[in-house]
Amino acid sequence: MSSAAPGAVVNRAAGDGTLRREPQAPGRRASRPAAGWLGVVPLLGFAAVMLGLPVAAMAAGAFTASDDAGTTSVTAANFAATLDGPYLESLLGSVRLSALTAAVATVLSLPLAHAVVTSRIRGLREAVLSASGVIANLGGVPLAFAFVATLGNAGVLTGAFGLGEKGWSLYSFWGLSIVYLYFLVPLMVLTLTPALDGLRPQWREAALNNGATGLQYWRHVALPILWPTLLSGFVLLFGTAFSAYATAAAMVGSSIPLVTVKIASALTGDVLVGQAGIALALGMDMIIVAALVMGVQLLLQRRTSAWLS
Amino acid sequence: MTASTLAPRPVSAGTAGATLEFRGLRRSFGATTALDGLDLSLEPGELLALLGPSGCGKTTALRMVAGFETPDAGHVLLDGADVTATPAHRRDVGMVFQSYSLFPHLSAADNVAFGMRMRGVPAARRRDRAQELLELVGLPTHGGRYPRQLSGGQQQRVALARALALEPRVLLLDEPLSALDAKVRQSLREEIRRLQLELGITTLFVTHDQEEALSMADRVAVMRDGRLEQCATPEELYNSPATPFVAGFVGTMNRLPGTLGADGARVEVLGTGRPVHGSLPGGRRTGAVDVLIRPEALSVGADPNGTALLVASSFLGATTRLTIRLDGGRTVLADVPSAGASTLPLGARVRLGLPERPVLIDQARNEETSA
Repeated sequence: MSSAAPGAVVNRAAGDGTLRREPQAPGRRASRPAAGWLGVVPLLGFAAVMLGLPVAAMAAGAFTASDDAGTTSVTAANFAATLDGPYLESLLGSVRLSALTAAVATVLSLPLAHAVVTSRIRGLREAVLSASGVIANLGGVPLAFAFVATLGNAGVLTGAFGLGEKGWSLYSFWGLSIVYLYFLVPLMVLTLTPALDGLRPQWREAALNNGATGLQYWRHVALPILWPTLLSGFVLLFGTAFSAYATAAAMVGSSIPLVTVKIASALTGDVLVGQAGIALALGMDMIIVAALVMGVQLLLQRRTSAWLS
Repeated sequence: MTASTLAPRPVSAGTAGATLEFRGLRRSFGATTALDGLDLSLEPGELLALLGPSGCGKTTALRMVAGFETPDAGHVLLDGADVTATPAHRRDVGMVFQSYSLFPHLSAADNVAFGMRMRGVPAARRRDRAQELLELVGLPTHGGRYPRQLSGGQQQRVALARALALEPRVLLLDEPLSALDAKVRQSLREEIRRLQLELGITTLFVTHDQEEALSMADRVAVMRDGRLEQCATPEELYNSPATPFVAGFVGTMNRLPGTLGADGARVEVLGTGRPVHGSLPGGRRTGAVDVLIRPEALSVGADPNGTALLVASSFLGATTRLTIRLDGGRTVLADVPSAGASTLPLGARVRLGLPERPVLIDQARNEETSA
């Protein structure tokens, strides 16, 4: 049966009891893949308009320079500028802040989400998940103001605990990290909860039955199974932190070098006019960094999670 | 168990089974009593099936042996040692779960070797042992496959190999065949029994499938509402059920209307007297009762003056199952040799005969279909 020639369906029973091959209707087989692709066309179209066009426009602008006479030319100077001085510093600052907060949020979220999933307190799960949904999307100026009011120089907690005398400053890298964790941890809790729900109790019991301790179960069973979700979640958090702007802008302005703040400054001409090309080049840099992180994630996932394929 | 005891050796050599004992096990979940003073013991190398309806406590009992449940009272003894408080990972029992519980991120061979890995057995030795066990369960070439690449039956074979890998003193089977289709279930049932006999491992097998229990077990323990109703060999359980519940739960049972004599020792049924086996639940001494008779214990003969009517007939091969309605309206089943059944036309008046032995009785029920 497996020796069927292309373009033929096989083994239709003939009247004499033998099996015969029958020719396939012309074009039928060829139309199947086409029909499959048709279903994806709306998605591809949407992605092309909403993602492809902006990226293309950004790339075009990033490689364009205008002189005082209004003449435009193709140039790599904008990219070169982003890889030097304060622009490079802001890019690295954003990568550093995003990687750190994403990693810490991933680590903190796992026990939190596990507590939510395994808790026997009625209503806790719904309450935590609802609150996480709200907090994960709470950002910008309101969040910045909330932290300024509680942990800023004249904040309620800063004053109550004398944090200022102990060297605390909200308007620092670590202060900003805490603010980012405020919305990244709930986001990761939301991401991890379904994955933790998917851990079957029998796996734990089977591990214990095979002589594993609770820690060994987590090390050899639970974490490897959760690993793809943890990796994907980390990338999601990294992207969220990397692209965050309003909170940082409202809280620390340009005192902490961040690429999104630098882009805004370049576009609005806060420091120098005519920096739009550099802003677009920084945007392209961000896309490249995000693509690199996703590439590493896919590579790691492929190497460590062959059982999924 | 130490790593040194896990050296590859011919698995057919067999292991010395341990004794397993339940002493007065009690366990409640809120207002629900799962186990109500269970006493039971397994001999070394014995396969005992815990049989009963859902919620009767059989799985709770098995999980107490594994260490996944703690009794409110009572003890679990393994080879005479009290293991009630021993953590699950130190129990030295192997378990096959109802649902496929293989670790999805590990290959079949790695699943089998998991326990050995936890105990620090060198990689080469556990690889050899895993291969040996996979061969034992008939999957010598499937070691590299992940669980999702295996069928349900293959997954349960791997789970069985994993449960045997640490040479446990007791093997626990928690309805391991219930998720499989009938054909696979039949073959795996025979395979589990073959392996159990070959290895001589004491095995506790939980099932709600009476056919499974009767065909595999050395003894069957029937449970109801957290209590043990009867523990006996399959033959004894079928032929001499200790209680009406066991009689009704194991096999098919007719309920014929009868009258208990004044002494409570004899019952009048189908116009003849029979000695009573056991006593009537509830303690009532006389009056209307149900007499419990297996379909194959009834004899059927054509009789124009008979007190029953043949209403249906199903050919089952060597035997034919006759559906007979008594004049009182109650319906009973009778399994008779097919050769004799062919002489009985549908609608014929028939006479029923009883075996010459004591019969089991139960409280009378008002029902038309008794089987």
